[in-house]
Amino acid sequence: MSAPGGSTGHPSGDKRFKMLDAALRRQQYQSDALLEILHAAQELFGFLSDDVLTYVGRSLKLPLSRVYGVATFYNLFTLKPKGAHTCTVCMGTACYVKGAGDLLAGLESAHGVKAGQTTADDQLSVVVARCVGACGVAPAVVFDLELAGQQTRASVLERVKGWRASP
Amino acid sequence: MNGEELQEIVEREGARQAALRHRVGVCAAAGCLSLGSEQVKAALVRGVEEAHLGAEVEVFGTGCLGLCEAGTLVQVESRQPDGHVCRCLYERVDAARAATVVRQHLVGGTPLAEGQLQLTDPFFALQHKVVLQGSGVSDPERLESCLAAGAYQALQKVLTELRPADVIAELTASGLRGRGGGGYPAGLKWSTVHKASGPRKIVICNADEGDPGAFMDRSVLEGDPHRVLEGMAIAGYAVGAEQGYVYVRGEYPLAISRLKTALKQAERLQLLGHRIFETGFNFRIDLRIGAGAFVCGEETALIASVEGRRGTPRPRPPYPAVSGLWGLPTLINNVETFANVPEVIRGGGQAFAAVGTERSKGTKVFALAGKISRTGLIEVPMGTPLRQIIFDIGGGIPGGKAFKAAQTGGPSGGCIPAQHLDLPVDYESLVQVGSFMGSGGLIIMDETSCMVDVAAYFMEFCRDESCGKCVPCRAGTVQMHALLQKLTRFEGSEADLAQLEELAELLKATSLCGLGQGAPNPVVSTLRYFRDEYLAHVRERRCPAGVCKGAAPPVLAAAGAGVAP
Amino acid sequence: MTVKTLTLDGTPVSAREDETILDLCREHGVALPTLCHLEGLSEVGACRLCLVEVKGSPRLHPACTLRAEEGMEITTSSERLRRYRRQILELLFAERNHVCAICVVNGRCELQEVAYAVGLDHVRYPYRHPATQLDASHTRFMLDQGRCILCTRCVRVCDEIEGAHTWDVAGRGADSRVITDLAQPWGKSDSCTSCGKCVQVCPTGALFEKIQPAGGGTKHREFLTYIKNAREKKQWIR
Repeated sequence: MSAPGGSTGHPSGDKRFKMLDAALRRQQYQSDALLEILHAAQELFGFLSDDVLTYVGRSLKLPLSRVYGVATFYNLFTLKPKGAHTCTVCMGTACYVKGAGDLLAGLESAHGVKAGQTTADDQLSVVVARCVGACGVAPAVVFDLELAGQQTRASVLERVKGWRASP
Repeated sequence: MNGEELQEIVEREGARQAALRHRVGVCAAAGCLSLGSEQVKAALVRGVEEAHLGAEVEVFGTGCLGLCEAGTLVQVESRQPDGHVCRCLYERVDAARAATVVRQHLVGGTPLAEGQLQLTDPFFALQHKVVLQGSGVSDPERLESCLAAGAYQALQKVLTELRPADVIAELTASGLRGRGGGGYPAGLKWSTVHKASGPRKIVICNADEGDPGAFMDRSVLEGDPHRVLEGMAIAGYAVGAEQGYVYVRGEYPLAISRLKTALKQAERLQLLGHRIFETGFNFRIDLRIGAGAFVCGEETALIASVEGRRGTPRPRPPYPAVSGLWGLPTLINNVETFANVPEVIRGGGQAFAAVGTERSKGTKVFALAGKISRTGLIEVPMGTPLRQIIFDIGGGIPGGKAFKAAQTGGPSGGCIPAQHLDLPVDYESLVQVGSFMGSGGLIIMDETSCMVDVAAYFMEFCRDESCGKCVPCRAGTVQMHALLQKLTRFEGSEADLAQLEELAELLKATSLCGLGQGAPNPVVSTLRYFRDEYLAHVRERRCPAGVCKGAAPPVLAAAGAGVAP
Repeated sequence: MTVKTLTLDGTPVSAREDETILDLCREHGVALPTLCHLEGLSEVGACRLCLVEVKGSPRLHPACTLRAEEGMEITTSSERLRRYRRQILELLFAERNHVCAICVVNGRCELQEVAYAVGLDHVRYPYRHPATQLDASHTRFMLDQGRCILCTRCVRVCDEIEGAHTWDVAGRGADSRVITDLAQPWGKSDSCTSCGKCVQVCPTGALFEKIQPAGGGTKHREFLTYIKNAREKKQWIR
């Protein structure tokens, strides 16, 4: 378990890299732990920039293309910065059958973005999830980290309205 | 921790619970949480404190109480003076209601007249809880309550009384089959790994529940994680593994945190880790978090993911049982499969096999959702007729609408029409009618669902989740989805239908893994039973269900990473 | 080492322990189309062209990864296998932008060869015409994504033979594409050694040399087994 050159943090002095180092140490710098490290990095930085991907690759001694390939394979990793708030509409079967499509359409038209995009003022990202596992209370929507069940077009728009208004 | 010490804890906890007048279990699974159960629990705790009832009343969070659409669910168990325990289940409880429960039921001793679910209702009465038996009984975040409910006693029995071969024999006698969908005999899988040779062996719990519409595994992990961990440890003993991993979806943060808590608590009492129950058996469990890829529910793709790679499957043979994670013999079973193991040991394989049908033993947890009055989580014996599940347990179709189809098996499954309502739900029967068990998602559709649209929905899912390794799935799902979209836009022809069927055969026969092989199933099954709907779209440019409008459907972009082309 | 006996299209054959059905087919002159397979690289079983029928098994198996076992009865070319092969190739031709007339390897392309071999002469699935990129940033080589069939030979040769692992696959499903380093222009990659192995193993005109001899050059792959034998067995076999 040798610490690579980047173990004293990033030249920028960004503390988040030190926290990433802690995650790397917890995983003993094992290359198998790439997904765990990318999770930690995404949580710390909000998204996986080239800089962060390079740091992870160097720390785990993995080829950059391998790191990039893994980062772009999985839904939960994003290479683009997200908005201040994220509204995740579940499109699982139960939610779909109960009208999640309409819910999403309402959100998209009200805020002028399609699923997978962020509003121009960087306040809101609209994301579609394949299933969040709350089928008993479908349709389900996740507002930032909070899951809300039995949503309607109106309740979703109401909740999101507050986000766009705030600076 | 040895057997006696465990017994002491069990007795102490049992005595503590017996001394209580009321035990108030608040459903703390994801569904009720999203409806505010944290606030309800806080209100109850506050109410109990203010009424100075702390010594007589316990308020605790518990696993999924089943009827999700009536959440927040609160169960009150009251001990009568004669020792008899009576149970009330309150529905749609909010903070205000909680205060009333405290005042009237806990303080006053009289259960509320309205807002109570009848436990004699078929939804509850027709269920047979094995995997979900901890709900309402134990608090997943308090190991003592789980121990009092029997946790780790099966493991203790295994380590002190049985040899690995005996454990495998019990499992084989039970007839337990993989609950992830494959239905492969668990005893046979365990036996294969047991016999395989390698420097060490691994046990993996597949908690990557990716089927949209399925939340059984999530509920078990959130509500009774020790049951799963215990099952894994028993498996480790049986096959000769000292390391286990739970591979859980990243989309389940609550399940992840409950698992972490459970692991920490169990390790502290030496129920997992080194020298378990002071025997020579070591078994350590670590978590591996998925990052959002349905294909990682497939065994070899899951293994690739744990190895820190892209989740692409590998050709089998070799099977993971012989050469899996890092080339080591690996046992992979689903959450629900492991959750059944302690019961198999506790009651014996034969007793387990007394429930169910000839070839499908035990119970199955289903996530009942969609156009049905009672959406939620149920556990029924294998072989329960579909009609009973939908109309008796599920309460039938709301709004007076007509039942149209029951979708099982997720994106690899099929739609079962009204003509098969008397079908006994087990592995074989479902395959015979063109669907399959899958992980347990059971989505009910009524006359307002268009089966062509449903087929397009599932194909879009498969297309977006295809890993891209093999040609038939990667390129075939794109073509099949495009054809289905044409149909929903009333632009399709009969030649398109023929091409759809031709591609369905190709993907089923030539795809590398279950995702591609199963992707055509929703199309094939809806063509089999609802061909007239397809023909109406083609010949009459009409959607009988009134769903397809002829314009392009809303764009359903895939979740997550925005990758520039 | 045990020898196994099995039948290949009814003909009894013998196989060494580590031989695959594909090895046997090549040995006995049985034609089996392949695209992702290349002698000297690991097997991935991805293109599905070499699928064969195995008596007693409900599934089809890729010959390139299927180990020969005692008593196996293999059918390499039934009516449906031939049909499936044509369909798989149709899917490939329709998937990206394969325009032979303007392609640098026209006439020397493995995708074309396999298509002729299975008797494919037209494509019945609609062409997808995705917007694909061209990368001409490298001094010596070019990548045309439109011609890529995602066989991953380039990824494997760079990882297994050259060792640099410059190439990998990004994205998922139909959005997959081969990339260098952090999906930067190839010319900017600092892991690439410009050895050209990837270009040599590419079955189509996706990877090609900027400077081509008159009439077009051919690909040279002898280095693969040469290097493998040198590394693994310390034998330099020409």
